[in-house]
Amino acid sequence: MKEIVKELRSAVLATAALSIVCCGLYPAVVYGLAQTLFPRKANGSLISDASGAVRGSHLLGQSFTSERYFHSRPSSAGNGYDAANSSGSNLGPTSQKLADAIAQNVADYRAQNGLSTNQPVPADAVTASASGLDPHISPANASLQLGRVARARGLKPTQVEELVAKFTEGPDWGVLGDPGVNVVELNLALDRLAKTPLIKTASIP
Amino acid sequence: MKTFDAVQLALFVGVLTLLTKPIGLFLLRVLDPRGKTWLGPVVGPIERLTYRVLGVDPTAQQNWKEYSLSLLAFSLVSCAFTYAVLRLQHYLPLNPQAFPPMTEHLAFNTAVSFTTNTNWQSYVGEATLSYFSQMVGLTLHNFTSAAVGIAIAAALVRGLTAHSIQTLGNFWVDLIRINYYLLVPISVVYALFLVSQGVVQNFSPYTHAKLTEPFTIQIPLLDTNGVAVTTNIVVMAQTPRIGTDGKPELKGGKPALEDVPLRDAKGEIVHTNLPVMVDQKIEEQVIAQGPVASQAAIKMLGTNGGGFMNANAAHPFENPTPLSNFVQMVSIFAIASGLTYYLGRLSGNQAHGWAVWSAMLILFLIGTLVCWWAEARGNPIHQALGVAVDGGNMEGKEVRFGVFNSALFATVTTDASCGAVNSMHDSFTALGGLVPLFNMQLGEVVFGGVGAGLYGMLVFVVLGVFIAGLMVGRTPEYLGKKIQAFEVKMAMLALLILTLSTLGFTAWASVSSWGLAGLNNSGPHGFTEIFYAYSSANANNGSAFAGLTANTPWYNITLGIAMLIGRFWMVIPILAMAGSLARKRIAPPSNGTFPVTGFTFVTLLIGTVLLVGALNYLPGLALGPVVEHFLNGQTQLF
Repeated sequence: MKEIVKELRSAVLATAALSIVCCGLYPAVVYGLAQTLFPRKANGSLISDASGAVRGSHLLGQSFTSERYFHSRPSSAGNGYDAANSSGSNLGPTSQKLADAIAQNVADYRAQNGLSTNQPVPADAVTASASGLDPHISPANASLQLGRVARARGLKPTQVEELVAKFTEGPDWGVLGDPGVNVVELNLALDRLAKTPLIKTASIP
Repeated sequence: MKTFDAVQLALFVGVLTLLTKPIGLFLLRVLDPRGKTWLGPVVGPIERLTYRVLGVDPTAQQNWKEYSLSLLAFSLVSCAFTYAVLRLQHYLPLNPQAFPPMTEHLAFNTAVSFTTNTNWQSYVGEATLSYFSQMVGLTLHNFTSAAVGIAIAAALVRGLTAHSIQTLGNFWVDLIRINYYLLVPISVVYALFLVSQGVVQNFSPYTHAKLTEPFTIQIPLLDTNGVAVTTNIVVMAQTPRIGTDGKPELKGGKPALEDVPLRDAKGEIVHTNLPVMVDQKIEEQVIAQGPVASQAAIKMLGTNGGGFMNANAAHPFENPTPLSNFVQMVSIFAIASGLTYYLGRLSGNQAHGWAVWSAMLILFLIGTLVCWWAEARGNPIHQALGVAVDGGNMEGKEVRFGVFNSALFATVTTDASCGAVNSMHDSFTALGGLVPLFNMQLGEVVFGGVGAGLYGMLVFVVLGVFIAGLMVGRTPEYLGKKIQAFEVKMAMLALLILTLSTLGFTAWASVSSWGLAGLNNSGPHGFTEIFYAYSSANANNGSAFAGLTANTPWYNITLGIAMLIGRFWMVIPILAMAGSLARKRIAPPSNGTFPVTGFTFVTLLIGTVLLVGALNYLPGLALGPVVEHFLNGQTQLF
């Protein structure tokens, strides 16, 4: 019994000591160094516009529906791209709900981008990401949307192509991971382009 | 399957191989109480001060019972501490989002989960936990549960390799040294690397970003008490009017009708109970922040796996780039891999260390190839709907990681007892999802959790040499020590209790209303969600088929119990085995000794692991992912 009391006493003190070192000192040191060395990244890689308003994060996707913008992937985070509620759909391979959603997404995607009814649609365009905040779409997905965006904005496809290429990221070191087009950065850059007369502005449902 | 994918796999295996020896050598110094490291001049004084505060004599040695007692005392106290932090977070600092305390059952589940190195998450991190709860309540265990795992592995190896002694080391010294010399220093550098990739590290309130394209959603209307307003209209039904004479009244020759409230079988008036919806315009994106980097680093290094955010390592703030992803995967295996070198060094048989390592690597490669193939192949049902075949299965995966890095991460995180995820395992194809599930059921001995992987694998080694001994009719020996009834009993106890707990809880939940209520999927996939949950809890993994809504009292408590069984029913028999082995003499090898190196041994070890896993779990797997795979091929949906 005396032994147990002694061990419990050591346990309480060890919990206290390790809390101070691992949960006080350690995160504080990382915080100090991170804020000094990488302040932008440590605070969320935020994107601000000319007026200084925060418009999003380089790392987090947002929802876009207008034909003037590149569309992000479907999202299951909250009501869509809720960056305080990350989540995937967690629907399995034999889920009726998932199959219905994909069928709907495929039909919408083809209609929006003028594809024929038997043309395969890139997998990332019709499936929800793991975080619900995926900032990227695949280059194949971007190239299918490119014509629509260029038309809606009255831009030459080559102008849009250049921007897409500019915001295509990865693979790291040429081998790691898959390439992706950063949708939020790309759309903000499109808005910054010299205002050309719009052909039409109606948004699609 | 793309070419670059194979290059990435080769790179991963290459880096892991190169790291094994240096980490093993460093572990050798950390786990020796008198070992010197280059951190000594800085950390040494803090280390000695800590022993004084704890009232611990660092030169004192403990036998297996004393070692176990210290371990249990520390686990109990630190678990209670975290429970208190989670229940009191509204009184504690660093809570800019003003989150309320966790409920009792959720706090129990979470505290147990982190104490046992499981890090199962029944909660949504960014919507439930204050920065203090994350940084202190949870991160404490990211460090200590990892250190405890390494300490147990070290105690077992000491017992195996020592000659006729009673003691296994000193728990407190192991705990402190592993944290001070190994985990904390590496984590500082690692966390800074993660920040350089984009992982956040701040204490700011959540950021409000102005959306480029606002949108409108419908939300339920709430009254002043926060309760959803429902329509609450009485449903009326037309019935014949009964006159004063008790007979139906007639009107124009037909029964006259009147509207009366509809009543249910109990005679209660039926109301429509539809929630009243109102439009809400979403003009902002609220962005969760926090001290993520410091937690993400140790969660990987210590094979904890509990994410700061709900989406864990799939969240761009926890794992922003393919490079950060690569390093995170390597760091899950790094210490476990180094421990095999430590085993080789201490046993004076480096080839034995590499033999164990090779068995692990082969099991890892088998899992990776199956999972990768299944995910790259995609889902025939979705492909019939028009999804391009070359993209593979992208549901629940991030573009920057793609199919290969998602499959590799899923295999790594379940080979080890990490449980962090960079893709949603619930949305994997049937066979792709079978791999992480079966990995956990094998006991996470493929590199495994820090420490836990090695001591788990040594249980299989003991079993393997026992089986080999039976085959040739000799008393089995391992590293010159006779493996006798006690050791085999302890090994079997550890294995059988885990199986019983996993299968028992799964069966119970599968036939209970509380178990079925949490399902997000139906059919065999629903069963797999439950099976995965209890396999994960018992294996102290913590990854999930996350569609399962596990934040209910029943699930939180049963999963918590499963985690406790998975940790301590494994640890105590192993320490008992270590104590028994330590007392034995080392017999010199004879020509009847079964060699613990080379092809035969590696094959025997892999065979033992797979055989035990298959015997225990194949019937369950047949009901879940296997049957789902065949139904998927026949486009059967649920």
